[in-house]
Amino acid sequence: MTVSDLLKNENFSSVTLPDGDRVIKDVYIGDLLSWVMGRAKSDDAWITIMSNVNILAVASLADTACIILAEGVTVDESIKATAIDKEINIISTNLSIYEAAVILNGMI
Amino acid sequence: MSEALKFHFDVDGNDFTSAGHASVMVKKNLRQLGLPPEKIRQVSIAMYEGEINMVIHAGGGVADVSVTEDYVEIVLKDNGPGIKDIEQAMQEGFSTATENIRSLGFGAGMGLPNMKRYSDFMEIDSTVGVGTTITMRVNIN
Ligand SMILES: Nc1ncnc2c1ncn2[C@@H]1O[C@H](COP(=O)(O)OP(=O)(O)OP(=O)(O)O)[C@@H](O)[C@H]1O
Ligand SMILES: [Mg+2]
Repeated sequence: MTVSDLLKNENFSSVTLPDGDRVIKDVYIGDLLSWVMGRAKSDDAWITIMSNVNILAVASLADTACIILAEGVTVDESIKATAIDKEINIISTNLSIYEAAVILNGMI
Repeated sequence: MSEALKFHFDVDGNDFTSAGHASVMVKKNLRQLGLPPEKIRQVSIAMYEGEINMVIHAGGGVADVSVTEDYVEIVLKDNGPGIKDIEQAMQEGFSTATENIRSLGFGAGMGLPNMKRYSDFMEIDSTVGVGTTITMRVNIN
């Protein structure tokens, strides 16, 4: 499944989508950045409620397919601009982390 | 490629919004050099954790990266407070990060363990009150 495919589910919407063809192979959940850095795999969809600018470097360097902001968490405009510049997909959902993961599990 | 390719970065200790910049730049350069993605990931993760530590714990520093035929070497040097007990600092979960820093998602005490795990060689040279120099290598061949 690609990141664009995920957006066909009505619960998920695009915040930034510079690389929608990126394939999601698995899922990682976490808010502690060093855990994510050390444990997330390449091509994972990363579900988090952390929304400060540092998530962009983590997503870029850990090479995740997208960041999924759960629980209705939002990011400000400057973060969106940086994400597009760094080609990082950000998806948002009002679902809980658990509910988002359950849906992803059925789609991957 | 007989001569080592070198990159130098000043890591700003006051700017959280650009933290990780040097690591992102190195990743870009290694991609252009055509290194294997798994090696690039190793370098990226190890360097990022070291770079962030300089920002959070040492007020910034300098990063020097050299790429040879055999390995990528990352040297991170700061004039921060130093690490009193390196063995303790290396343990998963040990952190002296403040509440403020933790609210940003740092302070899990996983940075140094990640650096160890994702590098093939790591050496910490630290003196309290003087600073810390960390050398890491990721083998390419
Ligand atoms: N460059 C440094 N200068 C001074 N102290 C450091 C430096 N790097 C690490 N430390 C010390 O070692 C501890 C452990 O570092 P480590 O990177 O493992 O965890 P952390 O930075 O506290 O949290 P995390 O990396 O999970 O966000 C730090 O809390 C700090 O006390
Ligand atoms: Mg750290």
